Amino acid sequence: MKAAFSKAELESDIASRFGDVFKLHEKAVVENLSTGVDEIDALTGGLPRGAISEFFGPASSGRTSLAYAMLAYATAHEETCALIDTNDVFAPAPAVAAGIDFDRLLWVRCAGNLEHAFKAADLLLHAGGFGLVILDLGDVAGKEARRIISSWWYRFRRTVEDRPTVLAVISEEACTRSCAALTLELQGAAEWSRTNAEKSNVLPMWKQAPVIPSLNTPGNLLRHNAIKVSRQRPLSPSINESQFRAASF
Amino acid sequence: MFACIVAPQLPAELSLTEFAYGFSPIVEEVRTSTVVIDIEGCELLFGSPYELAKEVSERAKKSRTEGGLESPLNVAVAANPEAAIHASTYLQGITYVSPAEELTCLGEFSVERLDHSLINLEKKVADEILETLRLWGVRSFADLASLPVAGVSERLGQAGIKLQQLAAGKTERHLKVKQPAPVFAHSLELEHAITELEPLSFIFARLLHQLCAALNAYALATNEVCVAMQLENRTAHERKLALPHPMRDHKVLLKLLLLDTEMHPPQAAVRSVSISCEPVKPRVLQNGLFVPLAPAPDKLELTLARLAKLVGEENIGSPTVLDTHRPDAFSVKRFTLVTKPDRRKRRQIGNQQCLGFRMFRPPLRAIVQADQGWPTQVSAWGKQRSVYGKVVSAAGPWRTTGDWWRDDRWARDEWDVTLERSGQQTLYRIYKELKTETWFVEGNYD
Repeated sequence: MKAAFSKAELESDIASRFGDVFKLHEKAVVENLSTGVDEIDALTGGLPRGAISEFFGPASSGRTSLAYAMLAYATAHEETCALIDTNDVFAPAPAVAAGIDFDRLLWVRCAGNLEHAFKAADLLLHAGGFGLVILDLGDVAGKEARRIISSWWYRFRRTVEDRPTVLAVISEEACTRSCAALTLELQGAAEWSRTNAEKSNVLPMWKQAPVIPSLNTPGNLLRHNAIKVSRQRPLSPSINESQFRAASF
Repeated sequence: MFACIVAPQLPAELSLTEFAYGFSPIVEEVRTSTVVIDIEGCELLFGSPYELAKEVSERAKKSRTEGGLESPLNVAVAANPEAAIHASTYLQGITYVSPAEELTCLGEFSVERLDHSLINLEKKVADEILETLRLWGVRSFADLASLPVAGVSERLGQAGIKLQQLAAGKTERHLKVKQPAPVFAHSLELEHAITELEPLSFIFARLLHQLCAALNAYALATNEVCVAMQLENRTAHERKLALPHPMRDHKVLLKLLLLDTEMHPPQAAVRSVSISCEPVKPRVLQNGLFVPLAPAPDKLELTLARLAKLVGEENIGSPTVLDTHRPDAFSVKRFTLVTKPDRRKRRQIGNQQCLGFRMFRPPLRAIVQADQGWPTQVSAWGKQRSVYGKVVSAAGPWRTTGDWWRDDRWARDEWDVTLERSGQQTLYRIYKELKTETWFVEGNYD
């Protein structure tokens, strides 16, 4: 009677018939794309290529400023980028001021249609060759974002897995569930400054207006938006915090 | 063997080349009245070379309706084209020049009759050489052919050698075959009108396959495909597919064409389809080792076409800021791949972030409560979003006006405000249109 097979013998026997099904496929070393914000790069190491990165936070928390910085950095480094603008909110004029090279940016406007936005993202990811794809769900209500079926995110994660593409999702609430390799929560806080007050076209009638208590002077100008970033998961169990400033254009 | 046909009295409306194609597909048009044909392998059809020459001469005498030229011809058959040309030009009727016996037939010709254009020799150089030969006492082809090659080379150079070979009938060359101009257009008339896209796709596939095969044969590609369809209601439906890069993959072209037809369907059933294209040189691109990966042009075109079908053509592309101060003035241009890095555009992006702005399109009409001109409460409701809250901080106004000479002029006072709602503060830009005294929320800073 034949002696019991050892594990190695069994594996080699099966492998000879079915190929390397038992071989562990090691993942390639993750490359990162800089966000263009040193503070966030120091916190996260950059955006992992071939994975989903999620940035969420309420309105005025700095999501768009961060998206501008990412696009500016990527386009300056000759990456082809795409922005899927679900609610048609992208403003080209401040984006130019942020340094985005529009020749390398494909802008897809979906006029509030969430399904179109996801289909567009799917098409772009399957086309391949894009360095950065931003799916902007920033104006999609949290309730609606939570209803997005998980299969979309699994599909995206699988699609970008072996590509040098960064899929960045901007949303009001975390919605990618376990599919994101990097999740950042952003909390914004406005700071007001009067340094540019002389540039404003203040009319005489406003100069005579009484100063209201909440403002220092009537000529105050929105200067910068200090954004607090906290890294959530999954690379490090601890929650780290960082801060960066986005100045008014 | 080569046969040269010379028609000294050829009527202007007839083509000797067309006539020559009746005997051989390999035809060189030397002059309007002189053609050379390669008769190698024509023995099965016409017999010996002499019989072929006789057949050419007899057919030329026939009337036009019978495929003739109604004029006499000189036909010469020789082992090389130049000997045949010389023989047919200066000898009447049919001449057969046996291989290696060219000088027996042509030897008595004067050297003045040497056609130097056959060996691409300039007239000035040829005249100088002929003058030298005359001084040497060289009068005929045979005299020139009998000169020692080394001596001719020393005294007259390579041009002299070529002239000597021409006189001896020893030149070797291929015929410069005149090929018909390539046609990159195919059409198909249908027995039954087609109303659906699926059967139409088979027609497109067949025509595009032929078109791309023709492009492949000539090592060309196309950057513009034109489709013309004759419809059952006696109208024509035409579409032009402009491609940013030359391509010749019929599968990609078929998909692009189908997507375009889906977006712009014909208004009636299709009776006939014709597809033509503009042939251009194919794109040859060598990417750098350190250039980041970009989408493949063919795949990108397909993706753009699919996106255009999904969200509309006007909603995809590269944004462009217009040269105006009008708020939110931009246009969207077709997205094309940037293949070469523009070093002038490249700049160092510092760690100085620009404040992002999310534009509400269209702007939300708002109700703003003001205390002595200062906004204190803002309320606005739209289909997708609503904005309301107490103003906790504000800055402004900044007055912007422009295009006062146009109907769509603008004049407004802009404010930056922080609204507080349920403990959450959000920054908005609001403005008041001066003409209508109406408030709007333009967007929020983010």
